[in-house]
Amino acid sequence: MSAIQILGLEKTYTIGFWRKRPKRALRPLHLAVEEGEIFGFLGPNGAGKTTTLKLLMGLVSPTAGSARILGIDANDPRVKAQIGFLPEQPYFYDYLTARELLEYYGQLSGIPAKDRGGKVEAMLQRVGLPDAGDIQLRKFSKGMLQRVGIAQAILHDPKVVFLDEPMSGLDPMGRREVRDLIEQLKKEGKTVFFSTHILSDAEALCDRVAIIHLGELRSVGVVADLTSSMHGKVELIWQGAVVPASIRALGAECHLSADTMRAVLAEDKQDAAIDALRREKLRLVSITPVRATLEDYFLQNLRSENAPSEVMA
Amino acid sequence: MKARISYIAANTFREAVRDRVLYNLIAFALLLVGAAILVGQISIDIERLVVINLGLTAVSLFGMLIAIFIGIGLVSKEIEKRTLYTMFSRPVRRWEFIVGKFFGLAGTLVVNTFLMAIGVFAALLYVSHHLQKPDAWLLVALYFIILQFLMITAIALLFSSFSSPLLSAVFAFSLFVVGSFAEDLRGFAAMTKGVTRWLATGAAYLIPNFSALNVISSVAHGEAVSGQLVFYNSAYALFYAALALCGAVLIFERRDLK
Amino acid sequence: MKPARGTTVIASILLIACLSGTVFTLDRVDRLRTGASLEEILYISSPKVLKRLSLGYDGLLADVYWTRAVQYFGHKHRSNPENYKLLAPLLEITTYLDPHLVVAYEFGANFLASPLPDGAGEPERAVQLIENGIRANPDEWRLYYNLGFIYYMEMSDYAKAAHAFARGSERPGAHSFLKILAASMAQHAGELETARMLWITTFESTHDKQIKSNALAHLRALKVEEDVTNLEKLVARYRERTGRLPASLNDFVSAGMLPGISVDPTGRPYKLMPDGTIEVRNPDDFPFITKGLPPGRQAPRPDFGKLKMDLPP
Ligand SMILES: Nc1ncnc2c1ncn2[C@@H]1O[C@H](COP(=O)(O)OP(=O)(O)OP(=O)(O)O)[C@@H](O)[C@H]1O
Ligand SMILES: [Mg+2]
Repeated sequence: MSAIQILGLEKTYTIGFWRKRPKRALRPLHLAVEEGEIFGFLGPNGAGKTTTLKLLMGLVSPTAGSARILGIDANDPRVKAQIGFLPEQPYFYDYLTARELLEYYGQLSGIPAKDRGGKVEAMLQRVGLPDAGDIQLRKFSKGMLQRVGIAQAILHDPKVVFLDEPMSGLDPMGRREVRDLIEQLKKEGKTVFFSTHILSDAEALCDRVAIIHLGELRSVGVVADLTSSMHGKVELIWQGAVVPASIRALGAECHLSADTMRAVLAEDKQDAAIDALRREKLRLVSITPVRATLEDYFLQNLRSENAPSEVMA
Repeated sequence: MKARISYIAANTFREAVRDRVLYNLIAFALLLVGAAILVGQISIDIERLVVINLGLTAVSLFGMLIAIFIGIGLVSKEIEKRTLYTMFSRPVRRWEFIVGKFFGLAGTLVVNTFLMAIGVFAALLYVSHHLQKPDAWLLVALYFIILQFLMITAIALLFSSFSSPLLSAVFAFSLFVVGSFAEDLRGFAAMTKGVTRWLATGAAYLIPNFSALNVISSVAHGEAVSGQLVFYNSAYALFYAALALCGAVLIFERRDLK
Repeated sequence: MKPARGTTVIASILLIACLSGTVFTLDRVDRLRTGASLEEILYISSPKVLKRLSLGYDGLLADVYWTRAVQYFGHKHRSNPENYKLLAPLLEITTYLDPHLVVAYEFGANFLASPLPDGAGEPERAVQLIENGIRANPDEWRLYYNLGFIYYMEMSDYAKAAHAFARGSERPGAHSFLKILAASMAQHAGELETARMLWITTFESTHDKQIKSNALAHLRALKVEEDVTNLEKLVARYRERTGRLPASLNDFVSAGMLPGISVDPTGRPYKLMPDGTIEVRNPDDFPFITKGLPPGRQAPRPDFGKLKMDLPP
């Protein structure tokens, strides 16, 4: 059974008050996330990530389609006890202290009164706010709020956790901590579905990712699979500020730094380039294969709207 | 379900208290003390009358203002501030939220009214040195005032579920004013003819009827309120509040949370 | 979230039930409060205090009180009351709040002054009301007319009535009858023609439907009385001439004493009774008549809603 199953979910907003116009935020989306996975949901700004999450949480109603979480319809209130959600830019009742907020949400999630206090304390500890429990949330910094947001999302020990850009607003340390926390959640057997546009985080964490752009799913798969499909590249560095014409002809991108030249070109052009350097009597400093990253993938596939990539499974 | 509603109600109460809503009691107390002292010096006969009229009218007005100004934000503010995202990703249904909010604000108003009522009785005791038997009717007047609060709270909540706070405030306040003349409006409607009459009568029946719930001047004169009136007024107020709440639930169920 | 169907159904049913509940209970409350509510309103019976309480919206409040006065009179009139004790205060408050509401003074002249059960029987208070009105609207001829009307009809003070009519006739736009009325007070007091002139003036000068109906009912009653008197005189003459009673009204026509059969203001022929008296066909059509009724029968109470709006010939 999939932890999350999205069946043709679709959302068209209407905008404008007098003259209503449709705004398509999500085209029919099909996606399945397995139990125990860390699943990254990637896409540039305005891609439809938040919209998808809001649909899954029942915060907006879908134009068409449905979703199942843990095999139960996502609208079913029984599902809600099993999931946790961190919204983008979380905002809470700012007249409450962090402890009161978690206490309140614990009540609403149906945590029995006798366990609640202990869970709240443990959670404050876990998200790195052990001393901030009695401060009103209106006095919290953005990063602290983000931590409270994560705390409330996992407080009631949900089976599936949805995080909308969990690293945003955090300092490098905080990002590290959240990364560790997500990995811990996986170890505890939970499914984590998170959206982000910080690609390195996704690369480091995710079992699988989906890439969405302009409301349309572009690809789903393991990060390595996505990137390996890209043509391999190598980086050549040599001494001197000269670029032989034959190397330029191979389609290399060249940059001068200090007195060395750096050129990135396709793997299969490597030998021809080395030959050219020899002929010109230029001293080769290094040859490094360049690992394709998600960033490359993004740059290559999503740069222009009019160049949709082939969908890879 | 019941538990969740009571948690939401309790949190709404807590919010009102932390927003310093109960500070209105200070203004109220000052008003009463001022009136009691002044009136005591001017005239002997009407001091009880003035204290009761002024006291109960202030209880009603203060409460109405609180009900409107908090009520209009109960839903729309939470949508605006996106505090509902984390609420509805939990096992909370939308109608539970509306009902919880209603009880939270109603509870706040009941507590507020209770404290004010103590003030009114204290002032009464101060000007006339002892309470009389007809003063018990004041309790009925206060009960009617609370019934009015239930209605206006539900109305504010209804507007809050689809309109901006400013517009909601205007709507709710107009209904409060118009509703205070509801009986006269039904009188106007009865004087028209034909289609206008049907429309006017329909509208006059939809408007909250606050006039029958205002017995301040009659209890100030020590007059009794009939048991039947108490019964039908209670039933009416509860029906009306429930009506507005159902409307709020039906609208809110269908709203996308931006 | 798709709106939960169960909630929608339950909320809709409850909504309709509560709506019916409010209408039902409101009806009950209204029934409990007619009368009571007005007495309560008059706890603030000082117009001066009310004017201050109206915070400048005294025009609006005047309209409210005017409606209350009309409603109060209408309600009470139907129930054949022993008094209309709130009518005077209501009208006094109304005219204090809006001294230029001429119709309220007119209403007072007609229904405050005339005797029970079709009026409050308080002519002195009505005179007071109208004199206040004249002070506030010295150019309004209708107020002088109404003052004279009360003096003539209810107080039989012909000198004062003549004086009021004379003053009114000098105001701009005054009805031409006023001069005649002023002149005829002395000699023709108590005559049918004077009364008719008064009621015609009322009928023609007022815009209030209730006052108009009242005037009309009186005019019709006058016409019936005149007709009945004339016909009964004819019966006597016929008897002198022929030594017997006429068998029907046709006998007058064939004897050349009448051009045609006489009809009452509703167009129905009068009835000739075997004892030679004249009766109207349908006494229920004629409030205020004193002649033409079956023996022992009283004139009906006027129902201002039902009368037709045309002048008698
Ligand atoms: N409430 C709304 N009304 C109208 N259009 C909306 C609404 N919410 C989102 N959209 C539109 O839907 C599209 C997708 O928005 P969404 O917030 O899902 O993007 P996102 O992938 O979360 O972007 P980001 O990375 O910036 O958070 C955008 O074009 C946005 O303008
Ligand atoms: Mg987003």
